[in-house]
Amino acid sequence: MDTREIIVRLVLIVVIFLISLVIAMYSTYAERKIAAFFQDRVGPNRAGPFGILQPLADGAKMFLKEEIIPTNSSKFLFIVGPSLAIMTACIGSAVIPWGQQIQIGTRMYDLQVTDINVGLLYIFGVVSLGVYGVMIGGWASNNKYSLLGAIRAASQNISYEIAMGLSIIALLMVTNTLSLKEIAAQQHGWHWNVLYQPIGFLLFIVCAFAETNRTPFDLPECETELVGGYHTEYSSMKLGFYLFAEYINMFVSSAVMATLYWGGYNYPGMDWVAAHVGPVVGPLIGMVVLFAKIFLFIFFFMWVRWTIPRFRYDQLMDLGWKGLIPLAIANIIGTGLWITFVK
Amino acid sequence: MESLSNKRKVIESKPLSLWERTYLPAVVKGLAITLKHFLFRKDVTVRYPEQKREFSENFRGMHSLKRDDEGRERCTACGLCALSCPAEAITMIAAERKPGEENLYREEKYAAVYEINMLRCIFCGLCEEACPKEAIYLDGDIVPADYLRKDFIYGKDKLVEAPLNQ
Repeated sequence: MDTREIIVRLVLIVVIFLISLVIAMYSTYAERKIAAFFQDRVGPNRAGPFGILQPLADGAKMFLKEEIIPTNSSKFLFIVGPSLAIMTACIGSAVIPWGQQIQIGTRMYDLQVTDINVGLLYIFGVVSLGVYGVMIGGWASNNKYSLLGAIRAASQNISYEIAMGLSIIALLMVTNTLSLKEIAAQQHGWHWNVLYQPIGFLLFIVCAFAETNRTPFDLPECETELVGGYHTEYSSMKLGFYLFAEYINMFVSSAVMATLYWGGYNYPGMDWVAAHVGPVVGPLIGMVVLFAKIFLFIFFFMWVRWTIPRFRYDQLMDLGWKGLIPLAIANIIGTGLWITFVK
Repeated sequence: MESLSNKRKVIESKPLSLWERTYLPAVVKGLAITLKHFLFRKDVTVRYPEQKREFSENFRGMHSLKRDDEGRERCTACGLCALSCPAEAITMIAAERKPGEENLYREEKYAAVYEINMLRCIFCGLCEEACPKEAIYLDGDIVPADYLRKDFIYGKDKLVEAPLNQ
């Protein structure tokens, strides 16, 4: 890897980091606007035209609020909690292939920060790390509501990670690789994995809702029972980090779903387009297509949030252990039979 | 027991079928309903400071002390409004009209000070009904918000109608 390659990678890292922050920022705005439209309301419309400066106003408010650290909390862990939450949220996007190879000057560069051959496992690991931020924060608050929220988050994530892992195993049997770059490349020309793994995708998206703590699985922060859940004691930008991490998680898991199941940057007729617009614009169009898919998934996350009420805790566990896990195992067996006898 | 009104409905609660127990049909149905709102329903919000809804004709808002056709204050400081007020929001100090002030006050006695405490007022309109001189009407706008209690005690400067020729 020479200097130019390193510079390109660094630029890519910074750009992706900024993009995920901006998308997370504007997800809060989109959430409020979309919620308003679902409920026949207007939504934020005072800060700037159509309220598009609302996220900036919210951010300024978050920074200017008083920072409260409870006396009886464990101060070190109280600060580690939100830091860990936002850090694990941000590093997940490192292995996602944002497009095909792009030509800059005479050389080709990957539109991907790094292509590690266990990319899928890496994402899986990062996602499961995410719960530590919530757990540590809830534990350090020294508040029973926070602790209950943290315990719920931990048990929920463990339960749903199993089903998620099993649904990924079925996907691996189809793709035969853990590298996200290869998985995306394999789906070229309508070989989207969702066509081969519809049940796997269904399982994956349900688990993604649970892993990102979104409704109907937002029990860790369920305000009707637990005040604010694990972030009850948090204020100012530390609370902001937790909320921000949720939106970044949503963005990353949308990107993962788009890459694993919905063809990533592939779109119908992309060879024809690439032949006509050249090796620089072509991959960029692919990137735009990938972002369109990601935004659709983010919209779906919000759509579900404003439609479906929260599960009761025992229903959540029932669904995870008695519903999703057996279905995931059946899916693995079915995929195995299909590969052996049909393919 | 027999239903007398014939409105009783017997609801059968059947156990859910396997397909229903996956929650999927209900989820899809719900998503379709919310999407319909997202796409087609118009919002009903009134964008308040820019856009105001019209008050009804008998809306009772801020009080105003009226003038007669020649621009003289009608109020004669009889105190009936204060007496009728169930919230005891109105106080006044009466004064005698001096020679030369006939163009200012219609009656020989007038209210030198007239105060309404808008925090006490319940906008019932009894002062309006009690007034023998048709001097007070609750025909104004909503009483605006303020920071201090003392600023809610409205004197004649805020209550009396603007003079005719201005």
